[in-house]
Amino acid sequence: MSALAFLRRFCRSWIAATGLAVVVLVVFVAVFAPYLMPFNPDAQDIILRLRPPGSNFGEGVHLLGTDALGRDVLSRLMISARVSLLIGFASVVVSGAIGVTLGLVMGYDDRWLGRGLMALTDIQLAVPFLVLALAVVAVLGPSLINLIMVLGVTNWVQYARVVRAESLVLKNREFVHAARALGASTIRILWRHLLPNVMSSVIVISSLQVAKMILLESSLSFLGLGVPASIPTWGVMIADGRNYVANAWWVAATPGIAIFLTVIGINLVGDRLRDLLDPKLRQVET
Amino acid sequence: MAAFIAGRVLYALGVVFGVSVAVFFLVRIGGDPSALFLPPETSVAEIARFRTLMGFDRPLLVQYWDFITDALQGDFGRSLRYQQPAMQLVLERVPATLELSGAALLLSLVIAVPLAILGAVHRGSIFDRLGLLVSLFGQSFPAFWLAIMLILLFSEVWPVLPPSGRGGLRNLVLPATALAAYSTAIITRLLRSSLIEVLSSDYVRTARGKGLSETAIVYGHALRNAAIPTLTVIGLQVGALLGGAVITEEIFAYPGIGRLAIQSITNRDFTVVQAFVVLTAVLIVSINLTLDLVYAALDPRLRRRH
Repeated sequence: MSALAFLRRFCRSWIAATGLAVVVLVVFVAVFAPYLMPFNPDAQDIILRLRPPGSNFGEGVHLLGTDALGRDVLSRLMISARVSLLIGFASVVVSGAIGVTLGLVMGYDDRWLGRGLMALTDIQLAVPFLVLALAVVAVLGPSLINLIMVLGVTNWVQYARVVRAESLVLKNREFVHAARALGASTIRILWRHLLPNVMSSVIVISSLQVAKMILLESSLSFLGLGVPASIPTWGVMIADGRNYVANAWWVAATPGIAIFLTVIGINLVGDRLRDLLDPKLRQVET
Repeated sequence: MAAFIAGRVLYALGVVFGVSVAVFFLVRIGGDPSALFLPPETSVAEIARFRTLMGFDRPLLVQYWDFITDALQGDFGRSLRYQQPAMQLVLERVPATLELSGAALLLSLVIAVPLAILGAVHRGSIFDRLGLLVSLFGQSFPAFWLAIMLILLFSEVWPVLPPSGRGGLRNLVLPATALAAYSTAIITRLLRSSLIEVLSSDYVRTARGKGLSETAIVYGHALRNAAIPTLTVIGLQVGALLGGAVITEEIFAYPGIGRLAIQSITNRDFTVVQAFVVLTAVLIVSINLTLDLVYAALDPRLRRRH
């Protein structure tokens, strides 16, 4: 099926098409933020602090108002989209790489190595994620790379479990037996024969994981253990606005709405991809 | 069955042991916290004396051996900040967190179960759409943002509920609502899809063919069978609720173990973090173990599969 035909099939559901439109819009804003922002997101003006949405002070309209340091909320929202999306996608690549590799090994070798790794997934599931991530970031210090690595390293279990379940079935299929009989090495079988067959599930999980990572990043940044406070993200913006929520609701409310719309868009895309690419995953995930 | 139970219990103990190893080494990645607990002007000799006193100067494996042998006797060391036994500090706050997580789980079930049943039985109806909306929205709200907005709406704009602290039922409403959002979404979604699957199975068709009422089919057959995967997810939600409680308790200044965990992590109070993580792991593993054993009692095929 060509990409265009797939897109047409995808958009047959108007809900999924709306989700895709939201995601495309957010990505567009994130990429072109420097050209779209009405103000410099870091420019402070203490006289203009906490002004409500629609305020105009000669230089232009602050459509979403200003924050406690007089910075334009809309411009900060736009530039924050970059960091939030970057962390969301990059951490999914890390967790996917770890989870798929371990899942393939666990499924292909269900003796001591596979069982040992399976125990590792249970150990990970027995610790509340947020605590695990907080502990690591607190020790390593907040930085973009640390955050991506922490989110990646603490979220590989879902990939591993689904890929393992599929590999357990796939390894007994004839094409794998044939490859083994022809002398293919284990690594070649995993890489060339099993991996392509689990990719549709991996794509579906990845799409849903991006949404989860964006939520987790905002939680960690909100607690001051995500990215350094100087880098604007939606979570940092909510933390900044939290103390003024009674008299300047827009500072904390708007980044939350941005997170909500982005996550809901990604979830709708992910749900549709699951229905199209891998309907049986609905059962495996449960 | 006895061999199965023994195997599962041993495995669960292994998982808790694994968690203890992981958390012990994790909190020590960045070195010992001596500098954080001593004034900046402390001399090198005094720092060395403090490290010897706390045992930070010994090899990590020796430190771990001491930790695990003491922990097995219930001694998780003293909190570096509070100067009290670490496990006692955590246990003192457990009732508050159980109260909050329990209220959130109850709220989730009260909303999710009727929505899922109505949605599955009357597919495409207004209840079904409402259920789908709840499950989509609940998964997409950042919990901490929802908490702040609830405080804004019900403590500031319309001041009917307290924004923080622990006390009566009124103090529980806002944090439990914020915490319940995600679990409600997950349970609604899963129970609905399990029920739909069960309702289209052969034995339900047979029951219909025998003339059983729809109520008897849903409550007598379908709900029981759909309950197994849902119970698994509710078991997993306990972990999610304990994790979620960390941030919810922080926002509502609720004196539970989650808030203590955040404070201990930022203060690098090793002993309290270790006590917290091991205790939550024991709780999560025990719930999953109980569920495993209940399933095995209900369905003999599962015993063989393990």
